[in-house]
Amino acid sequence: MAWLAVRLAISVSLLFTASAVFEDQVGKFDWRQQFIGKVRFALFDTHSQASKKLLVATDKNVFASLNSRTGDLFWRHLDKTGPDGQVDSLLMYGQDAVVVVGNGRLLRSWETTVGGLKWETVLDTGSFQAAALVGVQDFVKYVAVLKKTAISLHDLSTGGQIWVENLPDSDTVQYQSIYSEGNGLVFVLGLVPNSHVVIVEYKIEDGEIMNKKSIQAAWMSSLESSCAVISSGILLCVDQITQSLYTLPLQSVEQKEMKQIHLQTLDLEVASGFQPVLTSTQPNPAQPPLAEFFLQLSPDHHILLQLEDGLIALLKDFNPSNLVAFATTGEKTVAAVMSPKNETACSINLFSADTGRRHLDTNIIYHLDPNGGKPNTLYVHAFLKKDDSVAYRVMVQTEDHMLTFLQQPGRVVWMREEALADVVTMEMVDLPLTGTQAELEGEFGKKADGLFSMVIKRLSSQIILLQTWLAHLWKLFYDARKPRSSVKNDEITIENLSRDEFNLQKMMVMVTASGKLFGIDSKSGTILWSHYLENIQPNSAFKLMVQRTTAHFPHPPQCTLLIKDKDTGLASLHVFNPIFGKKSHSSVPALPRPILQTLLLPIIDQDYAKVLLIIDDQYKVTAFPSTKNILQQLQDTASSIFFYLVDSSQGKLSGFRLRKDLSTELIWEAVIPTEVQKIVAVKGKRANEHVHSQGRVMGDRSVLYKYLNPNLLAVVTESTDTHPERSFVGIFLIDGVTGRIVHEAVQRKAKGPVHFVHSENWVVYVYWNSKFRRNEFSVLELFEGAELYNSTVFSSLDRPRPPQVLQQSYIFPAGISTLEATLTEKGITSRHLLVGMPSGSILSLPKLFLDPRRPEMVSEQTREENLIPYAPEMPIRTEWFINYNQTVSRIRGIHTAPSGLESTCLVVAYGLDIYQTRVFPSKQFDVLKDDYDYVLISSVLFGLFFATMISKRLAEVKLLNRAWR
Amino acid sequence: MATIRALSVILPFLSTITLLWPESGECNNGRRSGDGLDTDFSGLSVPIEHSFEVDDVPRFRLRGALQFRGGRESSVYLSQNQLSEKDRNTLKDVAAVDGLYRIRVPRVSLQADRQSERQHDGHLTAFVRACSLVESHLSDIITLHTDVSGYVIGISIVTIPGSCRGIEVEDEVDLEVFNTTISVVAPVTAPVPETAPYIERMEQEMEKKGKNPQEQKSFFAKYWYLILGGAVFLMATNSAQTPPGGAREQT
Repeated sequence: MAWLAVRLAISVSLLFTASAVFEDQVGKFDWRQQFIGKVRFALFDTHSQASKKLLVATDKNVFASLNSRTGDLFWRHLDKTGPDGQVDSLLMYGQDAVVVVGNGRLLRSWETTVGGLKWETVLDTGSFQAAALVGVQDFVKYVAVLKKTAISLHDLSTGGQIWVENLPDSDTVQYQSIYSEGNGLVFVLGLVPNSHVVIVEYKIEDGEIMNKKSIQAAWMSSLESSCAVISSGILLCVDQITQSLYTLPLQSVEQKEMKQIHLQTLDLEVASGFQPVLTSTQPNPAQPPLAEFFLQLSPDHHILLQLEDGLIALLKDFNPSNLVAFATTGEKTVAAVMSPKNETACSINLFSADTGRRHLDTNIIYHLDPNGGKPNTLYVHAFLKKDDSVAYRVMVQTEDHMLTFLQQPGRVVWMREEALADVVTMEMVDLPLTGTQAELEGEFGKKADGLFSMVIKRLSSQIILLQTWLAHLWKLFYDARKPRSSVKNDEITIENLSRDEFNLQKMMVMVTASGKLFGIDSKSGTILWSHYLENIQPNSAFKLMVQRTTAHFPHPPQCTLLIKDKDTGLASLHVFNPIFGKKSHSSVPALPRPILQTLLLPIIDQDYAKVLLIIDDQYKVTAFPSTKNILQQLQDTASSIFFYLVDSSQGKLSGFRLRKDLSTELIWEAVIPTEVQKIVAVKGKRANEHVHSQGRVMGDRSVLYKYLNPNLLAVVTESTDTHPERSFVGIFLIDGVTGRIVHEAVQRKAKGPVHFVHSENWVVYVYWNSKFRRNEFSVLELFEGAELYNSTVFSSLDRPRPPQVLQQSYIFPAGISTLEATLTEKGITSRHLLVGMPSGSILSLPKLFLDPRRPEMVSEQTREENLIPYAPEMPIRTEWFINYNQTVSRIRGIHTAPSGLESTCLVVAYGLDIYQTRVFPSKQFDVLKDDYDYVLISSVLFGLFFATMISKRLAEVKLLNRAWR
Repeated sequence: MATIRALSVILPFLSTITLLWPESGECNNGRRSGDGLDTDFSGLSVPIEHSFEVDDVPRFRLRGALQFRGGRESSVYLSQNQLSEKDRNTLKDVAAVDGLYRIRVPRVSLQADRQSERQHDGHLTAFVRACSLVESHLSDIITLHTDVSGYVIGISIVTIPGSCRGIEVEDEVDLEVFNTTISVVAPVTAPVPETAPYIERMEQEMEKKGKNPQEQKSFFAKYWYLILGGAVFLMATNSAQTPPGGAREQT
């Protein structure tokens, strides 16, 4: 009987929590975008003319193939994160792409059409220096990999190692590059900095050293940055100090030193402080490189030169020119040069490499995005047209990791915003009302000024409404007359952006690590605006705050991004309108000192902007905005404004109170010794969280009140001792105002990484159990008990009794990358936990399963309360995966936001990919289902109506007849 | 001042202490002040200081001493002084301007073997509104929190009742003596997933199911009455219908 009850209870509870997407709902309210990261290597497939493949390897350790016509992914391979999966080199020959991965750990060959792995070879240890394809008699057969101490040659078709040889004197000589030109020899070039160059010749067949020589080059400090091999094995180097070029034939036996050619003889000069760069091209690895090369003299000055018979001839001077690149198609090699045209555009032109002559009709105009970064790399895809002339497409990469693919005569074929592969933080902002709605709102917002004017105002706004409605009808009529194909889809642009009925469509403001901000429409995923912040340090921390929401018409919404340099602690503010992305004109306070903490207060000024307090390292407070009104309000409420600081390096937690003069005083201090444990994370509750019910109704109809302390902080520590038996994870619940430690628990034999959610009256955390080697969930719930101390208002200063703490733990049979809780408008809907997994799926786990009151033994009362009996293992049901097959690779964070519908919570998961969806933790109780049968219900209704009418009539007739009788 | 000096002399000699784990609050009224300080040398003694100033700039004075006693029933005692006439007046003044009453203890370890290690500099501070202290007639609860290894990591003070209602405290005697409950709280060990009891419970249920004779009966044994009833019903309906049919056949 008890068992039956258990099963019944489980099945009943599941009835209420099961939620899944039906097949016909796929893509209806969710979307996913896949990214690759900042491109480090890109190669066009020149194997055949019709090929659309573009192979890229990125800083996110992604190796992918893009469709060069659309920019979509053909396939994508993700390697390990960190240096273990880093792509060191990408080479392509025919259908094969050879990749060196993980600092020379692995050599892989990929089939480029479908992205299948052809072979993989584990290389000997040693740090990677260079890799090159090696050809013999016009055919590329091998790939050579140069490590710090050895060189190895591998067969291109099987990956088998042909030979491996130790490099001579590798402890003193830095070997940096490989060169071969299909004559049966491989040259390894090494350098003893500021002393001499070493050239070693290897025979391809067996790796025998044919020749080894060293050439004096006292001026040279790096081979890679200042040298290139051109024209049948001539090493060409450039030196900034002596302002000269040096040449040396690699194979010559008699020449014992490099031949110096002064740049002055060519009437050239290197810009002071600029390291000149040589760019050469070797179209076929089995053939010697071309005799032409580019010399970059300053950031915007390139020169095309030619080496012939030991003499250097100037072919063309490109001044100014930002970027240059060689490309080869068939027998022709061309050079693409990007030069600035005016303030907002650059022009790209094609020049023939051997003469420096410009090709006609090859001009592409590249428009610079004023909100984007400067272009920094050019990838050219040249191809032959039918009349044998050379045409090209070009991919431009900018500082903000954006890829733009252009076609002649300047048409943008596609763009990819690769900065979105590294989203740091985000917010969801309500969209503004439409003009007419705003007009109505404005009417209510204004102060009453006489009956007559109010009537006029009301009438005028009604007329405007009528007008828009008529316009809408006209448009519908007009569109209906047009053929279907010509009716454009409702494209979302920044102009027609407006809030929908249920506020389901929002603006996603995303901040990326590169310093580029995006405004993305949450319904379609369209990027509506972007803004690149220049001069962002790569290790900056970002904090995004919504100071004013969209609700305060006519004041525009306002977001503030705090950018903090982690090294110096110095910060700056970027204030912008989240709907349009425009920078606000409001004066931003100067922050000359490193900052410690920021605080967004509910105090608002006349413009309805919340005040932001910024605390610097001298505990001085800066208010933004700092109008007189704000300062007055701050003075009045100073004694009730508290903030806390956490110094994890010293384990110190301290609390401060604001004084009237905006200085602060220390009021409490707690120190968790760093010898034993280290603070890894501190989390408060979300400010926009609503809790609907104050307590829980128990089985016996009494109420267990929740301990809802808005100032509670959850502090998580990890032990410094990492031994699996002694390591532990500490959980401290600390009141942020009084510094009172409300609860202190230690999870023994546990270690991080700890993910946790702090919300309502509970904390859920996940840790790794080092004894049983598994992930475990633990939930802490805080209750005040059967009666509330002070039911009207919560004050941390007046809450003497500590709460009751209940805790329970569960096994979670899967890995966890991130954790977040759903959030709804009023907090009535039951909560779910969203668990991001390393596999890329997102699990929506009902909070019901994480309830410390789950009983060991079922009783009448627990059944009454709908508690699920305790089971140590957390179930994972496939229908709980909210993103079905749309996995989010390397998921790093989940953002939840309430919508206008109480049942619906908006979810955005970001990592390498971005996925947006909606979840309905208690199902859609406040909206009709998608497949609701309107026809049936209305026909039944009308049928009943007419039946009543007819029967009424019949009854009347009958009555009349009876009366006559 | 004398007490401070006495403490500073005593402190270096205190060495043998064992650690006390959870709970053990001890009410102690201030009239016993001094006793504990002089008589008990076996435990660690830590000064507790307080500060209440009208200008809200902390100036800490000695309030009393915390005595930690090891042994099986480890516990903590607080011996503290009475408030002087001057202090009482200051406290009332501070309460009138809604100032803070702060206490602090130095950072120490309660574990014997750790005391020889370098003492941490700095203090742990906590506060309560002076008015609530006055209105509660100096009845407060002080809690010391330790971490797993016995370091004191935090101190907290609350008064009962904790609110400030603006009640005048006329009687001077009410503000003379602290009525303090003091306790030391160590972290609780968080529960781990309880697999053993669950499996036991499952097994018990299985056993119960196995023992229950009703569960083991065959299908017919369980539902014989239904089958029989059905059969009777069918027969009854058949026999009721046969006569007319049979009659027709005969004709």
